[in-house]
Amino acid sequence: MPHVTYRSYDGNSTTLEVPFGTSVMQAAVLHGLDGIVAECGGSCMCATCHVFVREDQLAQCPPMEPGEDAMLDGTASPRRANSRLSCQLVMAPEMDGLVVEMPETQT
Amino acid sequence: MAAAAAICRVVIVGAGHAGFQLAASLRQNGFDGRVVLIGDEPHLPYQRPPLSKDYLDGKIGFDMLQMRPGSFYDEHRIELVAGRPVAAIERAGKAVVLAGGERVDYDHLVLATGARNRVPPLPGIELDGVCYLRNLAETEALKQRLASCGGAVVIGGGFIGLEFAAVARGKGVPVHVVELLDRVMARVVCPDSSAHFARAHRRTGVEFSFGRRVERLGGEHGRVTHVVLDNGRSLPADLVLISIGVVPNESLAAAAGLAVENGVVVDEQLMTADPAISAIGDCAAFPSRHSLKNPVRLEAVQNAADHARCVADRLLGKPHRYEALPWFWSEQGAERLQIAGLTAGFQQVVLRGDYAKGEYSAFCYAGDRLLGIESINKPADHAFARRLLAAGRSVTPAEAADPDFDLRAAAAARPA
Repeated sequence: MPHVTYRSYDGNSTTLEVPFGTSVMQAAVLHGLDGIVAECGGSCMCATCHVFVREDQLAQCPPMEPGEDAMLDGTASPRRANSRLSCQLVMAPEMDGLVVEMPETQT
Repeated sequence: MAAAAAICRVVIVGAGHAGFQLAASLRQNGFDGRVVLIGDEPHLPYQRPPLSKDYLDGKIGFDMLQMRPGSFYDEHRIELVAGRPVAAIERAGKAVVLAGGERVDYDHLVLATGARNRVPPLPGIELDGVCYLRNLAETEALKQRLASCGGAVVIGGGFIGLEFAAVARGKGVPVHVVELLDRVMARVVCPDSSAHFARAHRRTGVEFSFGRRVERLGGEHGRVTHVVLDNGRSLPADLVLISIGVVPNESLAAAAGLAVENGVVVDEQLMTADPAISAIGDCAAFPSRHSLKNPVRLEAVQNAADHARCVADRLLGKPHRYEALPWFWSEQGAERLQIAGLTAGFQQVVLRGDYAKGEYSAFCYAGDRLLGIESINKPADHAFARRLLAAGRSVTPAEAADPDFDLRAAAAARPA
């Protein structure tokens, strides 16, 4: 099964198995990882599942829709070039080994 | 703050979005005392919005509904008391009494009791096949019936009724929506948006009766078979969804002598007249700077979670007014509705975008005041609308109508 590594703001790493079709957000919430809030449950409505994707892996992620792009303008921790909403990162074969960093705060 | 230092035990009644978020926020922000989260459903706290969408559709299971896995509660020392209704509040002794008589003492009590379905006093309402869609058990029952449904009548054309209608049509079930008013979602969207959504649902085969009251539900052998309208028309149905809204669960508060008026009455910090009791989420009637009329009571995940964070801050010694911007969403088949602000009482609507194509936003004004913005299949507009309104900014009707006006820049600008 494919893996995703989550780096918390204080530097801890957790690697989870994320089945194809499951989002990076869903896997984190299912395992109770702190650092991803996901208040809206994955509807791209709340920007509380903000992550920073390792720069060299950005191209492996699905393209960003305008709604996600606009939501990212309003994240609690400032947006960077590698910001994504993890509810929109649905696991696909090319994403195996993805490393995401969680921001200081989601709310 | 001396009062905050005295709070060693927070008891939360209600384990929905508001109750769960309060428990989580207390721990996240360093509260070290006891946190007791009491819910009357037997499950771990779960998300409600997907019930009427992906869960009903069978696209996700309960594991995806859970707020957090069971281990979360142990790890964060949240004492979850599931499946135990609360019978009473003893304000003098600062305790709640569970059904069965057990007492749970509190230093601060938070009522997050939510709301329950409004049940119309219709002849036949007790028939088998009459369904509701608010909690997990109701959704399970509905899902099973939907699998073998020959025809559904939905009473009430609001969010829940229409979300159900979209899922049911997706399964090929005939659906007829009966609405007392002359348009769908009349309480929450402007007439243009009602018209858009009615068209979208009709395209998928949903039938509507507007301006009609249901007279009675008819049945055979205890099972519902048809719905009779006030014009005498009879609609065949082996499933009837009652989706005419909810009423707040305020009886515990009322019995304890707290003020209730379409919800538990709280102040701008979400505190009742008893400084040891707060109320949050769907059950709370509170003053909002975003509303033309106050107090308001809102049924929304945003409201529940932001209320919870406000009370968590107060219990940790950082009290502040509740000022968060309300926002809402609904997904009905391929249609996505997002609302920022409270549009009730609007007098003028300006459409921006491609209404004919169904990708637009409706800017709702009362006089010059921008009350809120409905975005239909325009998620970027919604994101900008939230930032604009949360910052207390506005755009004029002329700006809203101008396709060259830069909404993103207006939303990004810092408040003056």
